[in-house]
Amino acid sequence: MMDLNAIWFLLVGVLITGYAVLDGFDLGVGVLHLFTRSETERRIHINAIGPVWDGNEVWLLTGGGALFAAFPMVYATIFSSFYLALMLVLTALIFRAVAMEFRGKLDSPGWRRLWDWSFGLGSLLPAILFGVAVGNILRGIPIDKDKVFTGSFIGLLNPYAILIGLLSFVLFTMHGAIYMSLKTDGALRERMRKWVFGTWMAFVILYLISTLATFFVARYLFESALERPVTWILFLLLPAAVLYIPVATKGEKYVRAFLASSATIVSIIGLAAAGMFPRLVPSITDLNYSLTIYNASSTPRTLTVMLIVALLGMPIVIAYTAYIYRVFKGKVVLGEESYH
Amino acid sequence: MDLDVVLLSRLQFAMTVGFHFIFPPISIGLAWLLVIAEFLGWQKGDEDYVRIGKFFGKLFSLTFAVGVATGIVMEFQFGMNWAEYSKFVGDIFGAPLAAEGVFAFFLESSFLGLYLFGRNRVSKGVHWFSALMVAVGATTSAFWIIVANSWQQTPAGYVVRNGRAELTSFSEAVFNPSTLLRFFHTVDAALITGAFFMAGVAAYLLLKNREVPVAKKAMKLAVIFGLIVSLLELFPIGHEHARQVAHTQPEKFAAFEGLYISQSGAPLVLFAFPQERPPDLKATVEIPGLLSWLAFGDVNARIQGIDEFPADEIPPLFLTFVSFHNMAALGIYFILIMAWGAVQLVRNKLWGSKKLLRLFVWSIPLPVIACQFGWIAAEVGRQPWIVYGLLKTRDAYSFTVTGGEVLFSIVLFSLIYLLLGSLYLFLLVREIKHGPQTIRAEGVSA
Ligand code: HDD
Ligand code: HEM
Ligand code: HEM
Repeated sequence: MMDLNAIWFLLVGVLITGYAVLDGFDLGVGVLHLFTRSETERRIHINAIGPVWDGNEVWLLTGGGALFAAFPMVYATIFSSFYLALMLVLTALIFRAVAMEFRGKLDSPGWRRLWDWSFGLGSLLPAILFGVAVGNILRGIPIDKDKVFTGSFIGLLNPYAILIGLLSFVLFTMHGAIYMSLKTDGALRERMRKWVFGTWMAFVILYLISTLATFFVARYLFESALERPVTWILFLLLPAAVLYIPVATKGEKYVRAFLASSATIVSIIGLAAAGMFPRLVPSITDLNYSLTIYNASSTPRTLTVMLIVALLGMPIVIAYTAYIYRVFKGKVVLGEESYH
Repeated sequence: MDLDVVLLSRLQFAMTVGFHFIFPPISIGLAWLLVIAEFLGWQKGDEDYVRIGKFFGKLFSLTFAVGVATGIVMEFQFGMNWAEYSKFVGDIFGAPLAAEGVFAFFLESSFLGLYLFGRNRVSKGVHWFSALMVAVGATTSAFWIIVANSWQQTPAGYVVRNGRAELTSFSEAVFNPSTLLRFFHTVDAALITGAFFMAGVAAYLLLKNREVPVAKKAMKLAVIFGLIVSLLELFPIGHEHARQVAHTQPEKFAAFEGLYISQSGAPLVLFAFPQERPPDLKATVEIPGLLSWLAFGDVNARIQGIDEFPADEIPPLFLTFVSFHNMAALGIYFILIMAWGAVQLVRNKLWGSKKLLRLFVWSIPLPVIACQFGWIAAEVGRQPWIVYGLLKTRDAYSFTVTGGEVLFSIVLFSLIYLLLGSLYLFLLVREIKHGPQTIRAEGVSA
């Protein structure tokens, strides 16, 4: 039986995964925006995510809120420990958010170029840095027995974390390229398809290297993961999903390709989570000092109240999100109301 | 060099939340006015109202984008700068923040996409409904964040155990003694802000003699709406809010009112220069007995002054007094100018009254300033407590973050916000000068 704390581990995981699947593609679209060739293409990229990007980002905000509510020790420890890194992410997200709104407001090429860069870099940085953060957490961060962080900003930029950063970067870019193939036509779509194949190769190579590296850097992940049956399902799902991506793309079945890359993201995060459970922030100093779902959690009463909130709220959220994606399905059409 | 991390963290928080809160009042207020205008456009089939919707919708979208950009920072601030605080209050404080995401942020941001980009993709009814959901979402967001803030001001439904505040009753924590009053007060402040925004922009178009039919309808809507909400803000909402503070946070109340010595028949101070040390008011204009009557319904009621509280538990006197009085003075100004506008409207003289129209244009930023004064009064008035009566601000910061890091973030965010603020103003003014006609031109060509 799952206890309340484990349910909350799962729920926070669902929110983070939801964020990665949804904002993942629009961060990827932002990265691809750096490689567009004409003003029309740039507008198509921005308008492909225009109506949905803020809703996608809310998964991150709600994940942050849920972490605070369910595991306040983790919220406090991680965000104060990753102070400067988080500041970088926030700066990037700020510029990204306003870039889409600002860029069309002046009819000057210089102005547009400025906001194109800020949109592109504002997407690229988080796509890498979220991976770096995950890499650090998987590897374990230096916390002592009083749950106090003893590391430094530079320490966060270790090779393993950077490797995971690159992995998340190519994964999101691939995810974005598939989404763009779905939303475009003609020559632009042909280029997006090429991106899918290119990033897919890069992803497979980086994934194999990362798995090998994880074996040396964070072996505990394998030990705990292998004890759980759910891991076996994910172990089968992951390669199937990864291999299906180029097949579906070749056959121009972009919805399926998109589902496959979503399944890839879900199973990677799922595998990492299965390895971490019941730890939330492993300590590299001594695994016994880790923050876990038991020593870092809120009281059962709060967890229960929040569970009710989640069960009441999330189905409705998912229903109208699905409805709105349906309204905007199909190719991007630039019109009066689009971003300029 | 030894940097005072607590002071820097306070500065940092005040700056980021203060800047964030420039935008929500405009968005919340405009959102409800858009709901009304779009409804009239839909039901009456009046194209002018639809154009109000499109034009103010663009201004709304610009405001909302900056509001979102600055709001993201707030979500993570507590953990970054106030880690000890987050650990102490997490069992209670995190829940409203998460509920805000689930019940509010998803709603407003998802339906905003539909509202802005979906006019030609869904029926008029669904389109109006999306405007409504944006407004409901924004207001619900205000509710949950105010629950969190109000719990810090007047904690309830908890017990201190294991070195932290633990939840004993969710409903008592949510509906603590100041939640509802603060919610109504803040949302009504946002409605005032929206009304002045719409009225000012419409007045500008009238002065320039552009888009007169559209501008007249917007002006009429904003003035009628604005008069009602401005009156409500003073009475009953502001008045009841002040009475609640008098009961729940008496030293804050004394600081607001400049009551430094306990007395019966306390006067209402209308104007004065406060002095911190020793506490004293200079150049005072006051009405005898009125404060006692307003707060406790009896001209002779005794009210506790600052002298009755321990010296290390009283808030800064100057800032609280000045902010509170400026907010209230602005509140009176809002009523007067909206009433004047309404009278001229009824006499059908508003359109020709250049002086009044110009006053409306220049009044656009004043409600935003009043909101800032209000928050400064409420938050500085809570000091030295971060959670009133339970945890001091100086014990609540992140021990592992260095002064240098906080200083760096202050410098970084000052620069970013300076840039964002200037760009916002620049683009807003440009968009207003363009006026609604650009929309029609494009509509025809599309
Ligand atoms: C959910 C909680 C919350 C909410 C909704 C607000 N605040 Fe607040 N505020 C805090 C939680 C808080 C805090 C975390 O508790 C601070 C940081 C240090 C402190 O003492 O209280 C604080 C401090 C603080 C200070 C500095 C006071 C001082 O250190 O002397 C100012 C000026 C404001 N806030 C202003 C605002 C504004 C303009 C808000 C409108 C959006 C606002 N606050 C909403
Ligand atoms: C310190 C406390 C606060 C936090 C943590 C916070 C957090 C946030 C976040 C994360 C967003 C972006 C949401 C998105 O992406 O759609 C946001 C926007 C918003 N916030 Fe805040 N906020 C705070 C204070 C307030 C207050 C006091 C109010 C209202 C009374 C408010 C009302 C809004 C609204 C209406 C928006 C939508 C954007 C806008 O209208 O400008 N916020 N906030
Ligand atoms: C006209 C008379 C007014 C009175 C008597 C009044 C009363 C109050 C009081 C007593 C507080 C402090 C509550 C606390 O510290 O817990 C407060 C805060 C505040 N006021 Fe006012 N107010 C008035 C007008 C206005 C106006 C016109 C605005 C803005 C348009 C405004 C915006 C705010 C805001 C944003 C806060 C902070 C949130 C809160 O604590 O409610 N107020 N007001």
